Amino acid sequence: MKRQRGLFVLAAVLLLLPLALPNAFYYDIVIRMMINAVVVLGLNLLMGFAGQISLGHAGFFGIGAYAAAILPTRYGWHPLAAMLGGALLTAALAALVARPIFRLRGHYLAMATLGLGIIIAIVLKNEGAYTGGPDGMAVPALGLFGFALDGEKQWYWVFAANLLFSVWACRNLVDSPFGRALRALHGSEIAAQVVGVDVARYKAAIFVFSAFFASIMGSLSADYVGFVTPNVADFFHSIELVTMVVVGGMASIFGSVVGAVLLTALPQALATLEGWETVTFGAILMLFMIFLPRGLVPTLAARCWRSR
Amino acid sequence: MNKLLQTLCAAVLGAGIATAAAAAEPIKVGAVLSVTGPAAFLGDPELKTLQLYVDKINKAGGVLGRPLQLVQYDDGSDAGKANSFGKRLIDDDKVDVLVGGTTTGSTMSMVPLAEKAGVPFVSLAGAVVIVEPVKKWVFKTPHTDRMAAEKVFEDMKKRGFTKVALFSETSGFGQSGKKETEAMAAKMGITLVANETYGAKDTDMSPQLTNIKNTAGVQAMFVFGLGQGPAIVNKNARQIGLAVPIYHAHGVASDEFIKLSGAAAEGIRLPAAALLVADKLPANDVQKPVVVAYAKAYRERYKEDVSSFGGHAYDGLMLAVDAIKRAGGTDKAKVRDALEATKGYVGTGGKVNMSPTDHMGLDLTAFRMLEIKNGDWVLIN
Repeated sequence: MKRQRGLFVLAAVLLLLPLALPNAFYYDIVIRMMINAVVVLGLNLLMGFAGQISLGHAGFFGIGAYAAAILPTRYGWHPLAAMLGGALLTAALAALVARPIFRLRGHYLAMATLGLGIIIAIVLKNEGAYTGGPDGMAVPALGLFGFALDGEKQWYWVFAANLLFSVWACRNLVDSPFGRALRALHGSEIAAQVVGVDVARYKAAIFVFSAFFASIMGSLSADYVGFVTPNVADFFHSIELVTMVVVGGMASIFGSVVGAVLLTALPQALATLEGWETVTFGAILMLFMIFLPRGLVPTLAARCWRSR
Repeated sequence: MNKLLQTLCAAVLGAGIATAAAAAEPIKVGAVLSVTGPAAFLGDPELKTLQLYVDKINKAGGVLGRPLQLVQYDDGSDAGKANSFGKRLIDDDKVDVLVGGTTTGSTMSMVPLAEKAGVPFVSLAGAVVIVEPVKKWVFKTPHTDRMAAEKVFEDMKKRGFTKVALFSETSGFGQSGKKETEAMAAKMGITLVANETYGAKDTDMSPQLTNIKNTAGVQAMFVFGLGQGPAIVNKNARQIGLAVPIYHAHGVASDEFIKLSGAAAEGIRLPAAALLVADKLPANDVQKPVVVAYAKAYRERYKEDVSSFGGHAYDGLMLAVDAIKRAGGTDKAKVRDALEATKGYVGTGGKVNMSPTDHMGLDLTAFRMLEIKNGDWVLIN
């Protein structure tokens, strides 16, 4: 029971939060935080627990987003089928590239995933006949059992349920034998191999899993916003996601949520600075790296532990 | 350390505190512009223009006795962010009118919001899709790529060119332009004998130009792009000895373009708004007083040259202000109706006559055909 305390707190917050949200814009911000949080959760499994980096996650997010746009508009798929189709395609692509990519380590792995993300972005931008090119395309509304999701208030509950489920699933995954194997290969690949962990298979599995996560969220966010542009698959979006993982805290489930909340809120909070927002944003990130190098949640948790 | 955290918390919470309204109930003009990112060269003069004229109007007593208040956000040339800021302007800042959407992508991501909430929205982006099909609440000020293609082909036909090579950029501007140019060519009896593309960040276009050079019967080349690419095209074309006349689209209409192209700019033609040649317009031109006054005010405050993009923002703001005056207030439906009923407004982009079927209101006379001679613009009639 005690283990689930964090989950209950999160559920309570999500349940009570709408009372504090004055209008649709704030709902929108919270929804964007939740979208990022789920993607970052998946990425954190890969980065924080398995110790592998991916600078191409926005690419997977982009495939999901465009699947939600292209399949229903041009081929008449149901949006839910499109979401699943996009996620399976993403998973297949991730599985295909995982083997060769995870032969690489460190900077080389970062470069390979970076390249993959950029290639996806280029394809989305240049295949104008399908994707609408750099100006993007509209996404048809997501209907569920003859009931069209409309407005931020309905979407809020979809994403809140999604986030809760993801946090719960990730916690269970991390505490399973699979999660322990991941942490083992993070610690030392050779040691993990010696105790019988199939390193290549585990790395590929977690990569596919986190790409699948990103794609589903890409589809959902495209359905929610109602419009996609190639920017969603942009390199900078990948960097943003990695930054959320690092600021929130590597290998920390709630760190992922905190990182996503903080880095989604900051640009909006700074938007009124007129020209200084980028500088301030950069300065805040630098301060984080200098004073909280392990990330917000792990550092603060350690501090509380010590003072107790 | 704790101080730092406190500051951070304060910054995050700051998002929740909307700017307090002044006593004299200002008219709120909301703008989402691409002030940073790849489209910054469009968004930056737009923002400067809006700030300049909001100040000017307020000094002169405001609109209907109420001051204007500009609420602006920078979308960083990202349509997704534009969508989020659009919601913020409509739901949180509760603006009376939206001016902005620097790029077509940013505009299109905000169109559903404005349509749903019923807020008059004057876009500053180029593509035809914004006003075609007509959307109830959405208007736009810049000329379309279709008009640019038509103007260029008109001039080509006058000079007897019917076999043309199209060379377009893979950016949003270039791709939309390519589509419209292809459609317009078919309509005007122009044959596109070559059809090449280049990337916005390419540094050498010789291979495509060599292809064009080796295509039989090319009489002229039409380049559809923005920024530095078209200038490189000019230089490369001269280097490989491609001698056909070169036309560009309206997107490169700035003095910077002549500087970047150097000697290779000589003899190049392009359609542009009257603003670019403000001082050279004949005295009886209806647009002359407007563009001269705008150019003077902009240069005085910012000490830099005007571009047609800033002009689009001027037109957007003035159209909105004009409509609010005629509507006698900020009732959104009345302002929308007044915008749609705009007749004979003379702006930097041309003479605007809106109608229920035309939410841009410009015709081909809004474009002037220019030629670069001795490093300066010359009007062609």
